[in-house]
Amino acid sequence: MPNHVAIILDGNRRWAKKRGLGALDGHESGGRRVIELAMDFFATGINIVSLFAFSTENWGRPEDEVNYLMAMFEKNFKAEISSFQRYKVKISVIGSRVNIPESLLHSIQEAEEATKSYTERQLLMAIDYSGRFDILQACKSLAEKAKNGVIQVEDINEKIMEKELMTNCSEFPNPDLLIRTSGEQRISNFFLWQSAYTELYFPNVLWPDYDKAEYMKALTWYQQRNRRFGRRV
Amino acid sequence: MAEVPGQISCTGGGISQFFERVCGYSRRCLFRVISMGPLPNHLAFIMDGNRRYAKKCGQEEGSGHKAGFSALMSMLRYCYELGIKYVTIYAFSIDNFRRKPEEVQSLMDLLLEKIKALLEKESIVHQYGMRVYFIGNLALLSDQVRAAAEDVMKATAKNSRVVLLVCIAYTSTDEIVQAVKKSCISKSNDIDASGIYKHDDTDSDIEGMDMEEQEKRIQLVDIEENMQMSVAPDPDIVIRSSGETRLSNFLLWQTGNSQLFSPAALWPEIGLRHLVWAILGFQRSHSYLEKKKKQV
Repeated sequence: MPNHVAIILDGNRRWAKKRGLGALDGHESGGRRVIELAMDFFATGINIVSLFAFSTENWGRPEDEVNYLMAMFEKNFKAEISSFQRYKVKISVIGSRVNIPESLLHSIQEAEEATKSYTERQLLMAIDYSGRFDILQACKSLAEKAKNGVIQVEDINEKIMEKELMTNCSEFPNPDLLIRTSGEQRISNFFLWQSAYTELYFPNVLWPDYDKAEYMKALTWYQQRNRRFGRRV
Repeated sequence: MAEVPGQISCTGGGISQFFERVCGYSRRCLFRVISMGPLPNHLAFIMDGNRRYAKKCGQEEGSGHKAGFSALMSMLRYCYELGIKYVTIYAFSIDNFRRKPEEVQSLMDLLLEKIKALLEKESIVHQYGMRVYFIGNLALLSDQVRAAAEDVMKATAKNSRVVLLVCIAYTSTDEIVQAVKKSCISKSNDIDASGIYKHDDTDSDIEGMDMEEQEKRIQLVDIEENMQMSVAPDPDIVIRSSGETRLSNFLLWQTGNSQLFSPAALWPEIGLRHLVWAILGFQRSHSYLEKKKKQV
């Protein structure tokens, strides 16, 4: 079983277009599936689920869509706190936070505070996140530490770098399996460093149609993988 | 008796030459059709499956790598003929040093032989006006291999028609760490060199400080400039043979938006049809992406 599964939730707008609906309807339908499916994942024994909810590149979308998404995240955080507590899921939001609306920031902080003591399961929500931004902020943090004499630049190595990435809030920062729905075969600047050895799975299903059966297919596929990490088995 | 085999081989040679000419002509026609759509500027290959191929053919391991090298030469020719300017290959990962010493040595011997062969007159370098870069932690290589790589880089530095980037003793996380270290050092040198600023106006102090702070702090472009792979644009397509769908620590920074293809064929079995299929997939997705970019 993978310890950490990451999901790029792609296809809401195409799902809506196929049905003659607006993009926001697509997001609403997709949004309803997210927490449900995350709980299904936890039920099969997975410790960490990461969701690419909003990329730094998504700020360029139409304003009404961005506002809708921010409001939807806020609504879900508030509505699901009791579920997170019931299932003992620690919530951690990774991303920039600088451009996030105050009210969403507040509900994120509430959710994180309410679930901070849980250790067995963790839901990482990537909001205003990108893989390059994560590496850049780690680099800035290391530069600051070097400037203050906390570390020497020559001593910077992969382990030290990994501790500065935003996934340092997790026991298993690197996903074993990354699922991107909608058939697009790319990582779109989600976990870059963290996906070095991740098995990448690209089902041709739009996110609102992604159900438990699809998820079981992904797990079965993962279990058949032969992971060598560069060595010979 | 001796003449008959000679005659047969002449006729056989003639037939095979004719066949090659027909194939070459068909290939050029196919390329002309494909070139009517958008073409990738940069293609990257993870050449996986040489050992499994050797096992499949009941041969010793080394022959798999040799067959893999032939497949590579064919793929490079197809790419450059099609007009793809940059090709990157994952020749040897830092992780691969953890394999059995005999296998590592035999791979290094093969790499040395093939690197030196690039400087020969009839080599692919001269045929295509190829510039070659060796990207990786070259200090981890033996002196011989490193020297050969440096000779090739120097000898091809003036070529510009096509580019081959060979990732050797490479992992992406190592490349990123080296770029981060260089960025930290060069930014701290910039700060030392700039000295202390004085501001006359209190209001502009605050704005001025922000801009100054911003300049002092490391930006995305600083890391990008310090990446060894900054000599090429990001890959449009990554093809990993043998059906495995992972990057194995290859070009993580650069492939954020690259399309990933994983044909089931083992690397020595890779051929023109896999390249064409990947490019057609790229063209299909390209029109969708262009639409998305316009919306965004």
